Amino acid sequence: MTPLSIAFLPLTDSAVLVAAHELGFARDAGIELNLVRTESWATVRDRLVYGQVEAAHLLAPLAIAVTLGLSQHPAAIAAPIKLNLNGNALTMSTSFAAALDPDLERRVNDPLAAAHDFAQAIGLYHRKPVVGIVHRFSSHALMLRYWLASAGVDPDRDLALRVLPPSLMAGAMRAGEIDGFVAGEPWSSVAVAEGLGEIVAIGSRIWQRGVEKVLAMRADWMEANADVVDRLLRALSAAAAWCDDAANREQLALLLERPDYVGQPADRLLPALTGRMMLRHGEAPVDIADFMLFHREAAGFPWRSQALWIYSQMVRWKWLKPDEKAERTAAEVFRSDVYRRALAEAGMPMPGASMKVEGALTAPTAVGSHHGALTLGPDRFFDDRVFDPSAIDRYIAGFAAQ
Amino acid sequence: MRIVIVDDSGLRATVLEEGLREAGYDDIHVVPPQSGFVARIERMAPDVVLMDLGSPSRDTLEEMLTVSRALARPIAMFVDQSDEVMIGAAIDAGVSAYVVDGLRKERVKPVMELAIRRFNAFARMQTELDEAKTALAERKTIDRAKTILMNTRNLSEADAYALLRSTAMNQNRRIVEVAEALITASSLLGGQ
Repeated sequence: MTPLSIAFLPLTDSAVLVAAHELGFARDAGIELNLVRTESWATVRDRLVYGQVEAAHLLAPLAIAVTLGLSQHPAAIAAPIKLNLNGNALTMSTSFAAALDPDLERRVNDPLAAAHDFAQAIGLYHRKPVVGIVHRFSSHALMLRYWLASAGVDPDRDLALRVLPPSLMAGAMRAGEIDGFVAGEPWSSVAVAEGLGEIVAIGSRIWQRGVEKVLAMRADWMEANADVVDRLLRALSAAAAWCDDAANREQLALLLERPDYVGQPADRLLPALTGRMMLRHGEAPVDIADFMLFHREAAGFPWRSQALWIYSQMVRWKWLKPDEKAERTAAEVFRSDVYRRALAEAGMPMPGASMKVEGALTAPTAVGSHHGALTLGPDRFFDDRVFDPSAIDRYIAGFAAQ
Repeated sequence: MRIVIVDDSGLRATVLEEGLREAGYDDIHVVPPQSGFVARIERMAPDVVLMDLGSPSRDTLEEMLTVSRALARPIAMFVDQSDEVMIGAAIDAGVSAYVVDGLRKERVKPVMELAIRRFNAFARMQTELDEAKTALAERKTIDRAKTILMNTRNLSEADAYALLRSTAMNQNRRIVEVAEALITASSLLGGQ
């Protein structure tokens, strides 16, 4: 047995790690997992960077930011597998949401209109709304910025963005410290269940196949432990398949409910797993297709184009000057080569390429793959922009013209 | 050197502050991580900020240090990135430090060493306190079980204890477990 410590935050998308441990996928691969529950992303990052853990459940943009030296001590981080796609929601207080479209379903299903309504609501609100984000370098913050900018909102000028760990969001809303927040589940479902606010936007409606968490490692450790890494990736991939299976959702929710994992009641964890989200307290839940993906469509495959999309947003928001070396470094954080090495033998359908044009698929599409058929789901951005990783400059320039 | 301690455990902050004062530092401020704490820190313009590594408020602090206009000088985690022994000790002790860039290593090092020692001492105190509490709770449980035996079986206190002990030995359990089982059974049977 190889002992391995992995730091995680209490979030529904820690599911793959929890399942790998609790259902024996890791043990079958000869790995004894020690999952280290952590409250803040800064601490997860430090535990990983300074070697207290071998791997971490990490925000994909943070993995890239640490590698590029944007978040404290620079360290080369590698992400050989994604842990999920999407799973985020934006929750706003009832008083703020009152200025939005009263039809809850239309709000989340028409993000373009909702963004313009949101821009109006900012003007009507009695002060600059304070919106909680989990980290500057989080997928959720990038989604929020991307979405609101489409309606002419400058998130740095028109909102007060406040960083808080996801597990503190509901409490901060109750205390009136924030007017809303964007975070991973179950924290929106918790806030809705407590009547603190309503869900007004959903990550998978903004980018249908948005990058979310990755499994992050120190690059040097990963290179030096190829055999363990391969076994771990196979265990996580099997666990992800188990998590994606509708038959296992109840059991998964009961595992995540435990205080050493997410520590919230199963009925607040299930909505994200089933995609049946209650948008406002007391209303019937609404079906949100593909709210969160763990495994199907090779969801774990770390497309380098997705790392580059994150890079493009960092440049767009002026956290980074456009730079060829930084671009290459960012792309190489996503280690599709390691994913292939570990999982090709396991008979997983494997994409033929490591880059793709992001946002181009409007319907399920069969793509070139080794080992059997691979169909990718629609991956549109709500504004129909298409990200071509070979023309990043043009893509970024397109936002400036907005 | 101005040092700010961000902590919501009054005791740990006191333990750390005392140590720093004994070592001759006198410009020390303790700030609980409540809403608006970062604005207070900004006004104080500290040279070193010490904080519990596991504190959820670290994300908030780091974001403010990134965007802050008031703190013009960048701040870096830990004293010396090359000093891996100290970084390891700090992580194990649960200390995180934000140090104004440019502050000489030799000046920060003793502060870090002291913080690590005091955090460790506090953790030990906490463990001892927990153990003491557990021991007290166990003695109370055993006392209640003894009383039940004394009342229902007319035993002396010494005999009641001997019975509990021999039962525990026969069943290969701890005395307190036998006592707990007895209390539960007695309450189910309508006793005390």
